[in-house]
Amino acid sequence: MSEVLDRPPAAEFTVVGTRPVRPDGVDKVTGKAAYGADFAMPGMVHGKIKRSPHAHARILAIDTRKAQALAGVKAVVTAADFPDLASEEYEAGESAANLRDISLNCMARAKALYEGHAVAAVAAVSPEIAQEAVDLIEVKYEVLPHVIDVEAAMAPDAPLLHAHMFTKGLEQPPEKPSNIARRNGLSRGDLAAGFAAADTIIERRYVTPAAHQGYIEPHACVAVMAPDGQCQVWSSSQGQFMVRTYCAKVLGLTSSDIRVTPAEIGGGFGGKTTVYLEPVALALSRKSGAPVKMVMSRDEVFRATGPTSAAVVEVKLGAKSDGTITAAEVVLKYQAGAFEGSPVGAGSMTALACYDIENFQITGYDVVTNTPKTAAYRAPGAPISAFAVESAVDELALALDIDPIALRLKNAVRDGVKAAYGPTYRNIGYVETLEAIADHPHYRAPLGPNQGRGVAVGFWFNVGGESTAAVHVGEDGTAVVVTGNPDIGGSRASMAMMAAETLGLPIEKVRPIVADTAAIGFSMLTGGSRTTFATGMAVTQAAQKIVADLKRRAAQLWSVGEDRVEWRDGRAICLDPAKADVAPLTLAAIAAQSARTGGPIGAQVSLTAQGAGPGFAAHICDVEVDPETGFASVVRYTAAQDVGKAIHPAYVEGQIQGGVAQGIGWALNEEYIFDADGRMENPGFLDYRMPVASDLPMIEPILIEVANPRHPFGAKGVGEAPIVPPLAAVANAVSRAIGVRMATLPLSPPRLRAAIDAK
Amino acid sequence: MSKRHVNAIVNGDPAEFLTEPGRTLLDALRDDLGLTGSKEGCGSGDCGACSVILDGRLVCSCLVLAAEAEGRRIETIEGMAEGGALHPLQQKFLDHAALQCGYCTPGLLVAAKALLAVNPDPTESETRYWLAGNLCRCTGYDKVIRAVMDAAADMRQAGVSSARVS
Repeated sequence: MSEVLDRPPAAEFTVVGTRPVRPDGVDKVTGKAAYGADFAMPGMVHGKIKRSPHAHARILAIDTRKAQALAGVKAVVTAADFPDLASEEYEAGESAANLRDISLNCMARAKALYEGHAVAAVAAVSPEIAQEAVDLIEVKYEVLPHVIDVEAAMAPDAPLLHAHMFTKGLEQPPEKPSNIARRNGLSRGDLAAGFAAADTIIERRYVTPAAHQGYIEPHACVAVMAPDGQCQVWSSSQGQFMVRTYCAKVLGLTSSDIRVTPAEIGGGFGGKTTVYLEPVALALSRKSGAPVKMVMSRDEVFRATGPTSAAVVEVKLGAKSDGTITAAEVVLKYQAGAFEGSPVGAGSMTALACYDIENFQITGYDVVTNTPKTAAYRAPGAPISAFAVESAVDELALALDIDPIALRLKNAVRDGVKAAYGPTYRNIGYVETLEAIADHPHYRAPLGPNQGRGVAVGFWFNVGGESTAAVHVGEDGTAVVVTGNPDIGGSRASMAMMAAETLGLPIEKVRPIVADTAAIGFSMLTGGSRTTFATGMAVTQAAQKIVADLKRRAAQLWSVGEDRVEWRDGRAICLDPAKADVAPLTLAAIAAQSARTGGPIGAQVSLTAQGAGPGFAAHICDVEVDPETGFASVVRYTAAQDVGKAIHPAYVEGQIQGGVAQGIGWALNEEYIFDADGRMENPGFLDYRMPVASDLPMIEPILIEVANPRHPFGAKGVGEAPIVPPLAAVANAVSRAIGVRMATLPLSPPRLRAAIDAK
Repeated sequence: MSKRHVNAIVNGDPAEFLTEPGRTLLDALRDDLGLTGSKEGCGSGDCGACSVILDGRLVCSCLVLAAEAEGRRIETIEGMAEGGALHPLQQKFLDHAALQCGYCTPGLLVAAKALLAVNPDPTESETRYWLAGNLCRCTGYDKVIRAVMDAAADMRQAGVSSARVS
């Protein structure tokens, strides 16, 4: 299991740092937890979506008459039932979203931009009749040339997705439209001088496929709009407030008329940070007058949601023979899918975030293609650029005959170093993660035949942002913690633990709930590894306000000054020497007398959390490659990460193990495969091959705790950094095992077999 | 198309429902019997989220026709705890933090129960291969495997036979 490094804790905690059973656990092991598709309402009808069979086509006409005439059909909608929105950027946490694009992605207008793009929707009394009606809708298309590959889409003569897209970020405004939505850049120093000072230069082009977030729960919702415009939505998403905002904007409603209740969410990984179904279900409900349930099939999830970008990244590194990296040049080309907004910005900013380099230039291209609009996927953009940079650093280590951990330590960022993306690092634990893996027995264990060992590191910003939390104390001295962040991986537990620690209550006496949009103030969605940090800060501050109030009430009951009361171990202690015989007052005792001391005990805090500490990770991976078949399997994996302070260490370990597993899948097997017509060929779990239990070894996490002084308990975000190193860690291990640099993912058996044969 | 009348034993109790011939057992469990603990992740038998035990055999209920349940015994996640007491596997999943989002958890628990019925002392490798039909995207399986093996050890100690069906 994990090892928490021995370092003096900032404070002794009673609850924080322990491993209690999660408060929502019993519901989830007994099948009672209600996810998106588990909800039903009386009089409910069922919605289905008609999707484009073409990767790129003009929609000439949609004839819905036969569908509408079918018995049991209650409503049919097309883009004509949605307002034609103007382009408007909306700040949505990790990435900005364009509301017009969100609307057009929910329902195509004039053009279908990828296979699977929604062009119409039906509501009917049964899912079967809805499907029959979908098949009766006749759409007349003019099929257009399409483009899938990111570099092909950048070519001047490529088929254009958007006639009015002119590349942003160029020195000269372009005269012709392009599929390149934006060029971004970061640079420092003198690149030419840096390369001139190098003894060794490594240069290579890296290719990664589109990969899906792969949550096991397909998107699902139930939505109802009353004749007076009041709406209710139950859906599985990473943010009920995000759903509310997007539904309001896409349908032209006011947000106070929409009440969104978060269902339990069956995995998101960034993929549920936008809407696909909810506005469509509301539009169908508006027309039919009935609650509308919509559930995607797995095929629809693959063809029309997520994935992250396919990409090409070119890296050039120069170093002195002692290992000092003198210059780095990185060019990143990321598929955005049908609308602009790939994670190339984050890919660029994270690319060199682990390295202290004097001269560098990073250039990123955000490129639209006839593929589903990319959605955030765990540390969006970072695993792709880290795959390229970390592979290049490994190649550099081999060329210089320097240990790969020593090479990284030599060029490592430390406190006080200005990050490649701008800010100056404070309280980071990067070097500690490198030292932890260097000292781990794994790194010295002998390798067997056909085995190789890879090392890679990774970085993620982590975010803070707006959160609201409320804490209410019951008359028996128990507490309820209310937040607005869906719990994807155990965050209810960490919220309850931070409240319990602050109040001095045992964890069993604190019950956390995730409330609907009408019952708690605004919170940004669960993403960016922000919930334990930002919402946890709001929970802690609310609990602190209650402690202050409890002291005031105790002082009132004792007729002493408030400064004569201390809160310790869940009890008010009287410090007044004149009242030495006064027994401490427990939370329950004060709560029982709340009517006499000012009424119900509760507090709410809304804040914008700042100072999220960045996450650094350092991984070691051992693989074994079967030279006959080219089949690579991971045989050992160790992952060190600076987590600030692990509130619930078991769920922190779980985040690391899960992120590593996703990264291994991306490295070895997962990829979108398209046919010549731009149709996805593998839209199912049989052919889009995610790791199963027999594919993986145990994954050993090492938790490094370099406290974040901006969080009440020192926490840093932990969810995303773990997926950043594995692509390169696996590829470096495979490259060393077979003696050939593998720069294109996935490292599937045919690709490895071909590389071995070509040696 | 006329509906079929189906009688089955679900979690030890008689259950009856009407179904169209083309519907799956998963749909009947979820929509007709209100047992939504079994989940649909793929509808093609690739993810295992809909795992149930049918006459002692582990199956994906999305690949079984509802009409095929006639006269048969079905165990779902809802029947795993006895009265108010969690099954040892359920308790170990909680103790080991072997779930994150929890969506695949019912299927994993049902599959693990079926494993321990035929093999009360599985190796790590046997456990991994038996559970290879159950996709989990959150945990990386590490804590799941530990929880199952720990539950198996406790059940051997206590002499609990998970083969005993309702």
